[in-house]
Amino acid sequence: MLAAALENIPLMIVATGALVGIAAALPGTFLVLRGSSLLSDAISHSIVLGIVLVWMMSGAQSGPLQLIGAAVTGLATVFLTELVAGTGRVKNDAAIGLVFPALFSIGVLLLNVYARDVHIDQHTVLLGEIGFVWLDTVALGAYEVPRSLLSMGAMCAINLVFVVLLFKELKLATFDRALAAALGFMPGLLFYALLALTSATAVAAFDAVGAVLFIAFVIVPPSAAYLLTDRLSLMLLLSAAIATLSSIAGYVVAVLFDVSIGGMMAVMTGLFLLLAFLFGPRYGIIAQALRRRRAATVTPA
Amino acid sequence: MSPSADRALDLQNGAEPLHEPGLAVHVEDLTVSYHEKPVLFDIDLNVPPGVMCAVVGPNGAGKSTLIKSILGLVKPTSGHITLHGLSYREVRSRVGYVPQRSTVDWDFPTTVLDVVTMGLYGRLGWFKRPGRHERRKAEEALRLVGMEDFARRQISQLSGGQQQRVFLARALVQEADVYFLDEPMAGVDATTERAIVKILGRLRDAGKTVIVVHHDLQTVTTYFDWLVLLNVRVIAQGPVQETYTAENLRAAYGGQIALLDRGAPAE
Repeated sequence: MLAAALENIPLMIVATGALVGIAAALPGTFLVLRGSSLLSDAISHSIVLGIVLVWMMSGAQSGPLQLIGAAVTGLATVFLTELVAGTGRVKNDAAIGLVFPALFSIGVLLLNVYARDVHIDQHTVLLGEIGFVWLDTVALGAYEVPRSLLSMGAMCAINLVFVVLLFKELKLATFDRALAAALGFMPGLLFYALLALTSATAVAAFDAVGAVLFIAFVIVPPSAAYLLTDRLSLMLLLSAAIATLSSIAGYVVAVLFDVSIGGMMAVMTGLFLLLAFLFGPRYGIIAQALRRRRAATVTPA
Repeated sequence: MSPSADRALDLQNGAEPLHEPGLAVHVEDLTVSYHEKPVLFDIDLNVPPGVMCAVVGPNGAGKSTLIKSILGLVKPTSGHITLHGLSYREVRSRVGYVPQRSTVDWDFPTTVLDVVTMGLYGRLGWFKRPGRHERRKAEEALRLVGMEDFARRQISQLSGGQQQRVFLARALVQEADVYFLDEPMAGVDATTERAIVKILGRLRDAGKTVIVVHHDLQTVTTYFDWLVLLNVRVIAQGPVQETYTAENLRAAYGGQIALLDRGAPAE
């Protein structure tokens, strides 16, 4: 049965999309709550430089070495951003905007000069091609497993363990950094660990969905979940659910209209955000309008 | 580094193992700079245990920075700080902290009870989850601040005064010996202010030390028995009766006389 599932191309594509979405939404939830979601944008661009550098040094296009390289590049991005902002001459958002295009452009230039004939190219870097994940497989015992499915499954598991084990610490550090520091929970270190995992997830997701679509998965499902619940644990669950639904719906619609699968998955995350915005039980604009009207009829003018 | 290793290092460097154990807070030669500009300069501070102490000074005097330095949240350029004779790391579990209300996101997806439970995270340590025992403690603290009916509420539904009570409850569950509160009376209603003062007074009467960054000169003498007047340097410190003088206030506030007209004592 497992072998049959692994032969099922649509299932493999949807499963990979869902794993990317879940793996991204877990750290994404904390980034969105912290107001740092754009750091995922910066990271997912600047790790192009990391990927190229690791490739030039080791020849590895993917695998654990690339994940570690990505984590290091991601951290370097954030570190440089904080360094620039720390001078007090540049605001934090501008610092992000200064650092990542610089790193990204160096990465793209290196690609142009040294990697013309290699598989990694700008198109893949930005958009990926989830429709072909089933072509690149690795043997795992008796089974041929898509490489992306395997790497995304691993990243998903790592992120899940991190978030479950450190749920209380992440919650406190995100909500009240000062108290977290005063109690000895090292919020700075936790935040860096979170960003290292985000970077590693980004590079693992590259083949499948590329940088831009990865950002959508980091930011949009948590933002939609935020509108639907008042509990952090539920927000994490809903983010994962929305990411999964988006990849299923994205695949179906993309096949129907014969358009980019990854692109349509990202569109679907946006659609779910719109639905949450309109119909959310507490923060949705319809529910709020109804509450206002009810309040108006109860209290006579 | 573990507390004992910390201590061992102190001994190695020839420092005395205990610094002023009789004082709740002891600060020596503390200087803190931000972008090379001193925010606090050469602070020497002694607060005895069992007092309710106001930290008062004009905007930018470094009041919050002083508290953050004592709690290790801000890295000083120089200085030495002890609480009951020990470094902050060693007494972390005996110190309660209420940050400024505006420093957190009140739209965060969490409940009142959950926020209060956060005060117990330090005691729980890494990885351990709060359980029934923690929940009961948090509920008890909510009763003390009169917020027990709000336990299940999402925190964004609270008024400013209610938010401040929740923060106070979160500090109460810490069952600390020394409490630091950053502007707990800022922007709260009169009822809440009275409630906060009453609870803090009870802590003081139980022998705890309560240190409050305060913004309202008019209430200093009614609420507090100890005063630290700050303006980058320490202008005055000691019992309120001795330190709350027009001369000291003028030294701290300089030209901002408008503030003094209402709050200052007669000369």
